[in-house]
Amino acid sequence: MAVCVAVIAKENYPLYIRSIPTENELKFHYMVHTSLDVVDEKISAMGKALVDQRELYLGLLYPTEDYKVYGYVTNSKVKFVMVVDSSNTALRDNEIRSMFRKLHNSYTDVMCNPFYNPGDRIQSRAFDSMVTSMMVQVC
Amino acid sequence: MADAALFEFLHTEMVAELWAHHSDPGPGGQKMSLSVLEGMGFRVGQALGERLPQETLAFREELDVLKFLCKDLWVAVFQKQMDSLRTNHQGTYVLQDNSFPLLIRMASGLQYLEEAPKFLAFTCGLLRGTLSTLGIKSLVTASVASLPTCKFQVVIQKT
Repeated sequence: MAVCVAVIAKENYPLYIRSIPTENELKFHYMVHTSLDVVDEKISAMGKALVDQRELYLGLLYPTEDYKVYGYVTNSKVKFVMVVDSSNTALRDNEIRSMFRKLHNSYTDVMCNPFYNPGDRIQSRAFDSMVTSMMVQVC
Repeated sequence: MADAALFEFLHTEMVAELWAHHSDPGPGGQKMSLSVLEGMGFRVGQALGERLPQETLAFREELDVLKFLCKDLWVAVFQKQMDSLRTNHQGTYVLQDNSFPLLIRMASGLQYLEEAPKFLAFTCGLLRGTLSTLGIKSLVTASVASLPTCKFQVVIQKT
């Protein structure tokens, strides 16, 4: 279960960022910000490699002692960054991929919403509830 | 196919509606209507540019994006592929459609040549919007030599 989810536009500003323990939010914001460098590195590495298949899922970006950060980039260069609790029994790769796929689908729905201007912060309640369902249940 | 006809009818009505309410019949008013149509196409293109490539892998270079436009986008919107794509390898691409579905019902040949640009404005915006979501700033213009063949010229803006 994710602890923090962020959607970053192609110009590298956040379109949506939400974390679960609402105190200490700044720490997660900072983590997402530093992970952007790793994302850029992976994207440019993909470009140089002569691999035919270029995947959208970037995988584990970097681990810290408490958290692991995963990344995913879409064809429109919008990045999704997810911070996951390390102490959680290791989430399988498949589960992370399916969470990113759900995020991508919801983001596409937000894009197709006529009341949404591309480039604005995401305020859709449907998107919010989808992200809530992915995050940790803090009781 | 019934689905294709739905969009064609809607598009025809959009053009007719914009032209009917001409308070300024001179060239200024016409340009406004053309840019309204192009703007509509742009927003639709932005959304399509997000939804259509969802399952495809990341694009490697500009030419891949243009090929995606000619194949997947055209098939999704017009149920056929673009007939030819040419480039000068310096940022200009010419996409040619020999039987453009929005023009094919009108005439075949030179009749209605002056009316044709109105029916291409939305599609120009569509191309520009999709390119903009995929990270390419461009300028798209259309030209018709004889219906229903039309060419879309895409000029990439280098920033």
